[in-house]
Amino acid sequence: MPGKLKVKIVAGRHLPVMDRASDLTDAFVEVKFGNTTFKTDVYLKSLNPQWNSEWFKFEVDDEDLQDEPLQITVLDHDTYSANDAIGKVYIDIDPLLYSEAATVISGWFPIYDTIHGIRGEINVIVKVDLFNDLNRFRQSSCGVKFFCTTSIPKCYRAVIIHGFVEELVVNEDPEYQWIDRIRTPRASNEARQRLISLMSGELQRKIGLKVLEMRGNAVVGYLQCFDLEGESGLVVRAIGTACTLDKLSSPAAFLPACNSPSKEMKEIPFNEDPNPNTHSSGPSTPLKNQTYSFSPSKSYSRQSSSSDTDLSLTPKTGMGSGSAGKEGGPFKALLRQQTQSALEQRGGSPHRFCKRREFPFFTLTAFPPGFLVHVGGVVSARSVKLLDRIHNPAFVGIMGNTRSYKLLDWNSFNADEPETRDAWWAEIRQEIKSHAKALGCHAVVGYSESTSICEEVCILSASGTAAVLNPRFLQDGTVEGCLEQRLEENLPVGCGFCHIPYDELNMPFPAHLTYCYNCRKQKVPDVLFTTIDLPTDAAVVGKGCLIQARLCRLKKKAQAEANATAISNLLPFMEYEVHTQLMNKLKLKGMNALFGLRIQITVGENMLMGLASATGVYLAALPTPGGIQIAGKTPNDGSYEQHISHMQKKINDTIAKNKELYEINPPEISEEVIGSPIPEPRQRSRLLRSQSESSDEVIELDLSHGKKDAFVLEIDDTDAMEDVHSLLTDVPPPSGFYSCNTEIMPGINNWTSEIQMFTSVRVIRLSSLNLTNQALNKNFNDLCENLLKSLYFKLRSMIPCCLCHVNFTVSLPEDELIQVTVTAVAITFDKNQALQTIKTHVEKSLQRASTDNEELLQFPLELCSDSLPPHPFPPAKAVTVEKASPVAEGNFRNRSAPPCANSTVGVVKMTPLSFIPGAKITKYLGIINMFFIRETTSLREEGGVSGFLHAFIAEVFAMVRAHVAALGGNAVVSYIMKQCVFMENPNKNQAQCLINVSGDAVVFVRESDLEVISTQQPTANCQPLCTGGEVTT
Amino acid sequence: MTNELDIFVGNTTLIDEDVYRLWLDGYSVSDAVARRVRSGILEQTGATAAVLQSDTMDHYRTFHMLERLLHAPPKLLHQLIFQIPPSRQALLIERYYAFDEAFVREVLGKKLSKGTKKDLDDISTKTGITLKSCRRQFDNFKRVFKVVEEMRGSLVDNIQQHFLLSDRLSRDYAAIVFFANNRFETGKKKLQYLSFGDFAFCAELMIQNWTLGAVDSQVDDMDVDLDKEFLQDLKELKVLVADKDLLDLHKSLVCTALRGKLSVFSEMEANFKPPASGAEDRTPRIPAPQNLSRGLVNVAAKLIHNKDVRDLFVDLIEKFVEPCRSDHWPLNDVRLFLNQYSASVHSLDGFRHQTLWDRYMGTLRGCLLRLYHD
Repeated sequence: MPGKLKVKIVAGRHLPVMDRASDLTDAFVEVKFGNTTFKTDVYLKSLNPQWNSEWFKFEVDDEDLQDEPLQITVLDHDTYSANDAIGKVYIDIDPLLYSEAATVISGWFPIYDTIHGIRGEINVIVKVDLFNDLNRFRQSSCGVKFFCTTSIPKCYRAVIIHGFVEELVVNEDPEYQWIDRIRTPRASNEARQRLISLMSGELQRKIGLKVLEMRGNAVVGYLQCFDLEGESGLVVRAIGTACTLDKLSSPAAFLPACNSPSKEMKEIPFNEDPNPNTHSSGPSTPLKNQTYSFSPSKSYSRQSSSSDTDLSLTPKTGMGSGSAGKEGGPFKALLRQQTQSALEQRGGSPHRFCKRREFPFFTLTAFPPGFLVHVGGVVSARSVKLLDRIHNPAFVGIMGNTRSYKLLDWNSFNADEPETRDAWWAEIRQEIKSHAKALGCHAVVGYSESTSICEEVCILSASGTAAVLNPRFLQDGTVEGCLEQRLEENLPVGCGFCHIPYDELNMPFPAHLTYCYNCRKQKVPDVLFTTIDLPTDAAVVGKGCLIQARLCRLKKKAQAEANATAISNLLPFMEYEVHTQLMNKLKLKGMNALFGLRIQITVGENMLMGLASATGVYLAALPTPGGIQIAGKTPNDGSYEQHISHMQKKINDTIAKNKELYEINPPEISEEVIGSPIPEPRQRSRLLRSQSESSDEVIELDLSHGKKDAFVLEIDDTDAMEDVHSLLTDVPPPSGFYSCNTEIMPGINNWTSEIQMFTSVRVIRLSSLNLTNQALNKNFNDLCENLLKSLYFKLRSMIPCCLCHVNFTVSLPEDELIQVTVTAVAITFDKNQALQTIKTHVEKSLQRASTDNEELLQFPLELCSDSLPPHPFPPAKAVTVEKASPVAEGNFRNRSAPPCANSTVGVVKMTPLSFIPGAKITKYLGIINMFFIRETTSLREEGGVSGFLHAFIAEVFAMVRAHVAALGGNAVVSYIMKQCVFMENPNKNQAQCLINVSGDAVVFVRESDLEVISTQQPTANCQPLCTGGEVTT
Repeated sequence: MTNELDIFVGNTTLIDEDVYRLWLDGYSVSDAVARRVRSGILEQTGATAAVLQSDTMDHYRTFHMLERLLHAPPKLLHQLIFQIPPSRQALLIERYYAFDEAFVREVLGKKLSKGTKKDLDDISTKTGITLKSCRRQFDNFKRVFKVVEEMRGSLVDNIQQHFLLSDRLSRDYAAIVFFANNRFETGKKKLQYLSFGDFAFCAELMIQNWTLGAVDSQVDDMDVDLDKEFLQDLKELKVLVADKDLLDLHKSLVCTALRGKLSVFSEMEANFKPPASGAEDRTPRIPAPQNLSRGLVNVAAKLIHNKDVRDLFVDLIEKFVEPCRSDHWPLNDVRLFLNQYSASVHSLDGFRHQTLWDRYMGTLRGCLLRLYHD
C-alpha cells in the first residue's frame, strides 16, 4: 500500500444548462481512479454548484499511481432517465510523485467533452501521500523526473549523462474495435483518450524503471509519440536521455556544472582552498554528496564513492577529454577509441537491460560547454514497413461481454506485438549507429525518431548528428582533474566542435577540408549540417535564418507490397533533392552551416512530401561559401547566353542582398595566414543515409554529386529552370523580422520579455486536374510561403521580433489535401542593442550563468513561487478604463508582469523554447502530456472546419494552461504539439481532430522581481533538498 | 489551390483594434477587407490581399467566439479559453458596449421590445449604421436593462459590476435604462436639437433626486422608477400659482433680487405672471406671453400621470426653454433667474412645502440649464 490519493471536489462554475425547463443544472461529480469510484452529492439547480465534498481517498499501488489518470466526470442528475454527462477532466498525478515537483494540484479545470468542447470549469484539489517502499522488485519508478526540454534543465546540473532510453507499448485502437459500431462517438473518443492516457503512464513508468536501473534519476529530452496505425493498432513510443541531475541549490552544487575554460581558470585558486570540506558542507543530504558530487573542488579529493562502486554500471576508465588541442591523428584516435570503448563497455555490461546500451544516442540538442567535442554531420535512416493486421479473433469475442474493462487489458492479447515494433526500430538505430561510426564518431546527438503512416504503409525515420563527446559527463569514473583542465584550456573557444572527427586520409565521403578559420590548427569541412542547436560558445558571424527545402513527388496508387516498393524507390531521390535544395538555399544566403535540421518525409495515397527545416548560420570557423554558378547546356545560342547571364546576375544580387540582410561580413583573411587556399565552392555532403525496405536491403546513397561541382546549376531542362526560379521566389521576411527553428537566434541576444506562442494550421485542396510534380511543388511552396507571410503580418505589432523554434509539420489527410501545421514563438528584442558582437554575448552569458547561480543560492524556491499566485480582485473596480489604465497599460506592454493583478485567471506562458526571456525558471513541476479528441456532427453550425479547429486548439491551450496553473506553475517550456490529426467529412457535416501536446510545467520569476525579493529577503537560507530517487529507493 | 482551412491561434489571443472596430461596425469580411485595403495597410506592411483576407477571417472568428462571453463580461474575466491581458479585456468590453450617438437618439426612451427591434431596419437606413451594428447596440441596451432592471442598489454601480464598463459608459447606460423604463419621449421634432449627453445629464440628476433610491437605498428598482409618493406630493406645489398672494410675493422677491442684474429683466418680469401683468403688455414681441412660473409648477403637478411623465421633456421645452429662447435670454440670465426663482420660495412664509420644492426645483434647475441651448 504505498500511496494514498486524496481528492476533494470544491465547486463548479459556468456549467451548461442541462435542463431546458428550468434553465439550470442538477450537477454531481464522479471521481474515479483505477476501479474505485466516488460520487459527490447532487447540487440542485445551479450553474455554479458548491459541492465542497469530503476528501475522497484512494489507497493504491504506486504502479497504478503512475499509470492511471485521475478521472473526474461531471454529470447532470436526472430522476427519470439516465444521467447526462456534462464532461470530464483527466488529471495526470505524476507530478505529485516526486518530491521536488508540485505538492498539490489545486485549481479550476475546464470540463471537457469530446463532442461539445469545454463546458464550464470545476475546482479540484488533489494530494498524494507516498509511503516508502523498499521492495526492490517493484514495478514502479516513482521519483524519476521527466523533462521534455532537450537540454539540461535550467536549475539543475548534470552529474552524469547516462544515455539513451526507449520503450514502446502497443494496443488495439478502440476506434477500430468491433464495439465501436454500436457505441456512441463520445464513448469511443473517451475510451481512446483514456487508453492513451493509460498507455503513456505505463510507458513513462517503464522508462523510469530503465533509468533507475542505470542509476539515473531523470530523463531529459523525453519525446513521446503516438502512431495511429489504424486497424493494426495504436503504438505509443518514447525516447529520452537518462541523466543523473543535481539540483542547483547547495553550495557544492552551485559551481557551474559546465565549466567553461575561462571559468575553470578562475576557479583554480578556489580549488586550492586548504579545506575542501567547506565546499561540500552544504545542506544537501549526505548520501547525495557521497554519490554524485562533481564540483571542481571535489575533483582533486575524489575517491570513487563507495556506495556507487559495486553497483556502478560504468567502468572506471580514467581518461582525459576527447579533444587534444594539438594537431595529429594518433593521440586523437586513441582518445576516440577510449571513449568508444567506454561506451561499448557500458553497453556490454552483463545486464538484463543491456540492449539499450547498444545505442550511444542522446536526444539532447544543447549541451553543457565542453560536452560536445566534435560534430561529424547528420546521420539519418529511413525504413518502409508494411503494417500487418494484428487482430486476435479471440479478442473480439471477449470484447463483446466486458467491453470497457477488457479493452484496457492489452498485455494478454498482443504481448508479442511490441517485439515487432521494437525490432523495426532496433534495425534503424543500428543503421544510425553504423553511419555515425563511418563518420568517426562514437555517439549521436540531437537524435529523434518519427513515423509517417498512410493506410498500411509506414515510414520509420530516425536522424541525429554524429558526434564525439567528452566522456567526462558520461561516466562517474575517476577523472584526472588536472589533465582535463589543461586540455580544456587548450581547447579553442567556439570552433572546436567544427573540427572533423574523422580521419583526414580516410574520409567516409569526398570532402573538401581547410584549416579552421578560427584557430588555424585543425581541419574543418566547408559546410556543416547538424540536428542540434547552435552551441552557445560557437563563433558566429551575423544573424541566422530559417531555411526550408520543400518537395513533392507523385506516386501511383498501389496496394501493400507494391506500394511499399514504390515508396522505397522514391525515397532516395527525395532525399537527394531535399539535400540539394538545402545546399542551394544555404549558399544563396551566404551561409555555411545548418543547425536544427529536421527532414520530414510524409506519405500519402498518391504522393510523397518532403519538408526540411533548419537554421542557416555563418560559422566563423568554416570557410566562406562560394557563389552559385549557372551553366547552360547550349553555350552557342546568343539569346540563351543572355538569359543565363541575367539569371546569374539575379542570383549574385540575391546573395549580396542576403549578406547585407543577415549582416554577414566575416573578417577578411589573407591566404598566407591560413596556409591553405580558400576553397573552391564545392559540394560536400554531411549526410549519410540509407533506405531499407522490409527486406533489410541497405542502399548507401552518395549525396556528394560524384565528381561534379554541385554549385554549377545546369539549366538544361524545364525542371532545372524551375529549381532556379523556386530558389529566387523565397521572399525574405519583412524588415524587423527574423526566424529560426532553433532555440536561440544566432546574433540576437537582447530579448525583451514579450513572447507569443502560436499554432497555425492550413489545409489546401489541390485541384486534381493538373497534378504534375511541378504544379505540386509550386502549390506546396506557395502554401508554406503564404503561411509564413501571414505569420509575419499577424505578428507585425511585435516588431522587432524573431520567430524562434519554427516547427512545420506536413500531413496528407486525404487524396488532394495537404495540411501544414506550424508552432513557433515570437519574441521581441531590443533593436538598439541588437548589434552586439558575439564576443560580448559569450561573456555576458557566462556572467549570467554565474549570477544565476548566485541568485538561486540566495533565495529559497518557496519564496519565489509563493509570490506568484494571482491576487483575487473585486471585478467592479478593476476594469474601468480611466482608473485602471496606467496599470493595465503597463501590463499589456510588459505582458509578463506578475500574473495579471486585475484578473482572477493567472497568466500562463507557453513556449516551445526551454527558457523564458528575461526570467529565471526556479522550479520544474513535472511533465505535461495531454491527448485530446474532439468530434462534431454539426460542422457547419460550429463555423466550418476553420471554426471547429480554431475553437479546439484554443481549448487545448486552455486545458494545458489550467493544468499548469493547478500545479502552481506559471509557464510551460519546451511545449510541442506532437500531433494534430484532422479529418473531415463535410457531406456528413462531421469532423474529428486528435491533438497531442507536451511540455514542462515550470515556475519562473522575472529577473527584475528577483532583485526586489533579494532586497526584501537578505537572510534567505538554503533549503535542504533531496532527490526523488532517494525517497523511493 | 484553395484554402480549405486556415487558422491561427495564439497563446495570448491576438486582438487587432482596427479589425475589431470593423467587426463591431457590422461589416462583412469582404467589406472589412476592402476597407483595410483602402486604409493603405498593404503598402505599409507589404502584405498581399490574400494575407489580409486570412487575417480578417481569423479575427472575425475570434470575435465571434468572444461575443458569447462579451454578453456577460465577468465571464470574459473568468473564462480560461482565451488568454487576454486585462487591459485588452477592458478594451474589448468597452468597445463592445459603446454605441453610436445617432443610434441611441433614435432608441432613447423607447420600449426595448421586439416591436422596436423591427424598427431597426428603418433606423439603419436613416442613420447609415449597418443593421448588424444596430442589432448589437440594441441588444446591449436590452441586455443591460434586463439585468439591472429589478436590482437593488445604485444603478450605475450595478451596471459597472455586471458589465465591467468604465464609469462614463456605465452612467450612459444608466441613463438609457432610466429612459427606457420611464419611456420619456425624446423623438419629437422640437427635441431633436438635444444630444444624448443632454438627456443623460438630466437622467443622472433625476436618478439622484427623484427616484426611490434617493430616499431609501434598500428598495428594489430603487434607481429605475420615479418615487411615486414624491410625484403625488408635487401637486401641493400648485399653491404657488393658485394662491395669488403667494404668486405676487414670489414674483416681487425674484424681481427685487434680480433688478439690474438681468439683461432681459423686463421680459422676465413680464413673463413671470402674464395674467396679472398682461395689461401692461410691454412686450408685444411675444405673441402669447406665458407664465414661466405657472409652466414649471404645472409640469410638477401633472407628473402623477404616466403620460405626462413621458412628455416631461416636451413640456419643459414648450413651457420654459422656448419662451426664454424666443426672448433671447442669455444662458447666464436663465441661471440667475432659476437660482433666484428657486431660492426665494424659502422666503414665502405661507408656503409649507420647502423640502418638496427643493427636491423638485433643484433637479429641474439643473436640467433646464442643460437643455437651454440652440
